[in-house]
Amino acid sequence: MTSKPTSVRSPHQSSWMKGLLIAVAAAYLFLILLLPAANVFVQAFIKGMEPFLSNFNDAAFIHAVLLTLFMAGISVPLNTVFGLCAAWVIARHQFRGRALLISILDIPFSVSPVVAGLMIMLLYGRQGWLGPLFAQWDIQIIFSPPSMILATAFVTMPFVAREVIPVLEEVGADQEEAARTLGANDWQVFWRVTLPSIRWGLLYGLILTNARAMGEFGAVSVVSGNIALKTQTLPLYVEDAYKQYNTEASYAAAVVLAALAVITLIAKEVLERKTEIKDVE
Amino acid sequence: MTPSTLSKPSSQWRIPSLSWPWRITITYLSLMLFIPVTAMLLKSSTLGWDVFWQEATNEVALAAYDVTFITSLIAALINGVFGTLVAWVLVRYNFPLKRFLDAVVDLPFALPTSVAGLTLASVYSDNGWVGHFFAANTPLGSLFGSEGLPISFTRLGVGVAMVFISFPFVVRTVQPVLTEADVDVEEAAWCLGASQWQTFWRVIFPPLLPSILTGIALGFSRAVGEYGSTVIIASNLPFKDLIAPVLIIQQLEQYNYTGATVIGTVMLFISLILLFLINLLQAWGRRYDQ
Repeated sequence: MTSKPTSVRSPHQSSWMKGLLIAVAAAYLFLILLLPAANVFVQAFIKGMEPFLSNFNDAAFIHAVLLTLFMAGISVPLNTVFGLCAAWVIARHQFRGRALLISILDIPFSVSPVVAGLMIMLLYGRQGWLGPLFAQWDIQIIFSPPSMILATAFVTMPFVAREVIPVLEEVGADQEEAARTLGANDWQVFWRVTLPSIRWGLLYGLILTNARAMGEFGAVSVVSGNIALKTQTLPLYVEDAYKQYNTEASYAAAVVLAALAVITLIAKEVLERKTEIKDVE
Repeated sequence: MTPSTLSKPSSQWRIPSLSWPWRITITYLSLMLFIPVTAMLLKSSTLGWDVFWQEATNEVALAAYDVTFITSLIAALINGVFGTLVAWVLVRYNFPLKRFLDAVVDLPFALPTSVAGLTLASVYSDNGWVGHFFAANTPLGSLFGSEGLPISFTRLGVGVAMVFISFPFVVRTVQPVLTEADVDVEEAAWCLGASQWQTFWRVIFPPLLPSILTGIALGFSRAVGEYGSTVIIASNLPFKDLIAPVLIIQQLEQYNYTGATVIGTVMLFISLILLFLINLLQAWGRRYDQ
């Protein structure tokens, strides 16, 4: 984001007013955002490194970390393929219902994660449409990783498409058409022409997808059953430890997720400087 | 008969061939979105209107809507004011740490909600960094009676969590509009003798209004659906600070699938209405664009 210098053009705005507004904004950001974030790190390390390091002797913690990585490892690629396809469909075509499709793509962001989890539960549960079918094949969906992947993929569905659509629209189809005229097939056009031109937008979408996938709590908590060493991801582990009054373990795990958030913000900032995208979730 | 006439009937029934991106988009949306939504709506429709209405409007549910929607609305409005202020400061002024504060705005999107709930619950508890100022027998706390002003595990705490998670929306919707706003118009207003106050309300504010309202609506929609942070900071007692998403989970835990489905359907419809409203607001904001 670029900001123009302002001192020249605001002779009428008194400097105390400017100072006051900056102070109020900074105080609000400090109180609402920075203080709670700092608290995670302080509580995690207030007794030294001991509680944090003891995490790594905790089988439930290790399992939660691995499961969280696994969830993201499956749902991020799924949504990347879908996001690229949907973005191409929307950005490269004019058709009836295009605006509707864009709105439909936003549904996962406006629906409560709990409702998302509930829908998966009702569909794949014992009394759902598909539950008995999978039960016949001895595949358990609910209270096991498949439903958690579905839930995670649901809540992170729109990110890639939303970041890629504006980039695709801006780049235009000229180069793709030129490549096709010169005899490139669809696959070659995608890898050699389209992908290089949308790479930063795509990466931005991937970062957002990954952060949400690793941090998702509501939808996963409905469908997973939250069983330690089985279906407990790291965000669920944080809540579970807290509910069992094991605040120390809770913060020791929370700080890992907070570090992920910090890395995400830094990566976003770097990409924004590179490309000047800035988007609302 | 010639081969061409033979193939004719079949071509009438041919599904128009779609390219792979189309097929993947349609299949994935159907599997992930349309089928689950339809399954829930059909399950709701089999309950019958009387059961649905009874479950949707029982006392606990009504109290949960009250806590959810009123608290979300207040949180979204607070962020409407402060989000606009923060956007203004970040776009118009230069000051140290500006880029840092700009990046920090997105923290609620990046921080997992259970971590947000955990830390907010402790910061606003009786011995937390902010909460201890409002505890019983403190100068600030005694303003609110002998109990002080408990924040965590009350409806106020739910509000704090909602303010946290819905904060970035207004800033991020107002920022681009403000960046593109024409400063010449403001200068013209000043030159014509308008006061600072008049310039703000008559010249700066009107074009920002659609984006502020969009941001408020997005934040409200997010706060209404929020579960992770609010479940941790609330005591989750009906009539006190129980919100609708937590009620759905409680129903599921008691194997009351009917109740969960009904509240879930109500919440789904409200989300869709909000999404429609947000689209209208965005269209209003773009009305002068080409």
